[in-house]
Amino acid sequence: MGRTISEKILARASGLEEAEAGEIVKARVDVALIPDLTAILSFKAMRETGIDKVWDPERVFLFLDHVAPASSIRAAAIHKEVRRIAQEQGIRNLYDVDAGVCHQVLAEEGHVRPGMVVVGADSHTCTHGALGAFATGLGSTDIGVVLATGKTWLRVPETIRINVEGDFPSMVTPKDLILKIIGELGVEGASYKAVEYSGGTIRRLGVSGRMTICNMTVEMGGKTGIVEPDAETAKYLNERELETLGWIKSDPDAEYERIYSFEVDELEPQVSCPDEVDNVKPIGEVEGTPIDQVFIGSCTNGRIEDLEAAASILRGRRVKRGVRLIVVPASREVYRKALRAGILEALAEAGALICNPSCGPCFGGHIGILADGEVGLATSNRNFKGRQGSPEARVYLASPYVAAASALKGAITDPREVQEA
Amino acid sequence: MIIAGRAWRFGDDVNTDLILPGRYLELTDPEEMARHAMEGVLPSFSERVKPGDIIVAGRNFGCGSSREHAPLALKHAGVGAIVAESFARIFYRNCINIGLPALQCHRISSEVMDGDDLEIDLNRGTLKNLRTGVRLQFTPLPNFIVKIITEGGLTWYLRMHMEEWIDEEI
Ligand code: SF4
Repeated sequence: MGRTISEKILARASGLEEAEAGEIVKARVDVALIPDLTAILSFKAMRETGIDKVWDPERVFLFLDHVAPASSIRAAAIHKEVRRIAQEQGIRNLYDVDAGVCHQVLAEEGHVRPGMVVVGADSHTCTHGALGAFATGLGSTDIGVVLATGKTWLRVPETIRINVEGDFPSMVTPKDLILKIIGELGVEGASYKAVEYSGGTIRRLGVSGRMTICNMTVEMGGKTGIVEPDAETAKYLNERELETLGWIKSDPDAEYERIYSFEVDELEPQVSCPDEVDNVKPIGEVEGTPIDQVFIGSCTNGRIEDLEAAASILRGRRVKRGVRLIVVPASREVYRKALRAGILEALAEAGALICNPSCGPCFGGHIGILADGEVGLATSNRNFKGRQGSPEARVYLASPYVAAASALKGAITDPREVQEA
Repeated sequence: MIIAGRAWRFGDDVNTDLILPGRYLELTDPEEMARHAMEGVLPSFSERVKPGDIIVAGRNFGCGSSREHAPLALKHAGVGAIVAESFARIFYRNCINIGLPALQCHRISSEVMDGDDLEIDLNRGTLKNLRTGVRLQFTPLPNFIVKIITEGGLTWYLRMHMEEWIDEEI
């Protein structure tokens, strides 16, 4: 019988001929990603197992990204300790406070390849399925055990396949698609499952858009989001001079738990409303909601395409007085590209506040925290109560086009109307 | 292993940002985390919870961020077990890994009220509501999971069983 890409990757990593959904396997890990705020607990767990040295320093990637640069004495102490650990353990791949968000940097620097098992002490590790890897988030103790032994136990997940067909209308993006999907399936709709995205729309999408989609798979409970590697994957890897051989794909007769079909030809911009990610509405239903702050960034939508989308709306215009527009490129690489392309200039001229690459206000850790009663609109991935600051603040999630148009008007705005205006 | 305490009832989709808000991620001492346990839903929780008390919740408990700070805060606040209709994946693993029993029981929300006294028998897979006398069965845990919990979590378990872990396929 045919196997899904997830079953095949996990079989190979576990030294098995075959692995079937439901089986528990012990998989060898290719990449372990650890951001600053979960690092201390992870290394503590490693030492608790009785092992003092990481199994392979070349496969461990550390990031100082969540509060970068440090905004408190505590954060500074964590960063200092992570730097010390990197040195002690001989971990070369420490990306310091100047690098950017872990997921963007890991992919961009060419550390992820199709067929790998990628685990991270961060729930959005599923982003890396965009490159055809089996990628999933784990807690610090799990990561500690990976650091000690290079292995983790995983239940091979059943797969939900999502076929997407059609062409995106103007100003409608992969973000709108994934919000639509989450709205339909619900926050538990893919619990413990692998979600395989396929179909013509996904095939025509670059890795950047695929990352946006895979990134938010965890918001419906998914273990991983994954896209089979193809010509677009090859293009991304070739730019990084990585080999593109021996890819793992799903068999044509692989067994799926459920199959969904989505069409994007008529898709409208979508907005996720407070306080649950699956509270998704077409933009028409929330248009005109006043906002205090707009955040464009994060591992969901902080890439060059996203900043360009925002700039295409804001170029030569001004952000509404009284609204704060915070732009945080996802990585230094994105920052430099946007700088050279004049995107940052256009955004700054329009009144945006451009911050250094980092997680920014995404999880309410530093820059751009919301006060009681304030309303934020963000291109990130979570709008839980208290996620971006006060539990009394409210957060809407949307695409960079919607974010830019809304910053312009001071209220949630359909970007298609702004363009026509 | 018997766990007995008062039930603290919560609803569906209680995420880790509610269990321990992001602003406390800079904490590294579990005792300090414990002082903010459940702050996003019930700020007085950490002061009122007693050792052995049991969290009873609806569906998808612990969704969102992978922060192990969240279950650590609950454990160190004294929570003896969490019983929910269903759990989010990473949170569930994290609980087991730190030795905090996470038990799935489909009927729990309809059978337990806030403040009820409960008694859990981990090995037999049963939960008794002492107020109503109702006894519920929860989805039994595989043996190696019960072992991980009773030996104090995955890291301590591995101290004892490291060789098997490295050499053997499961
Ligand atoms: S940008 Fe947001 S979601 Fe992404 S890793 Fe940082 S805090 Fe997490």
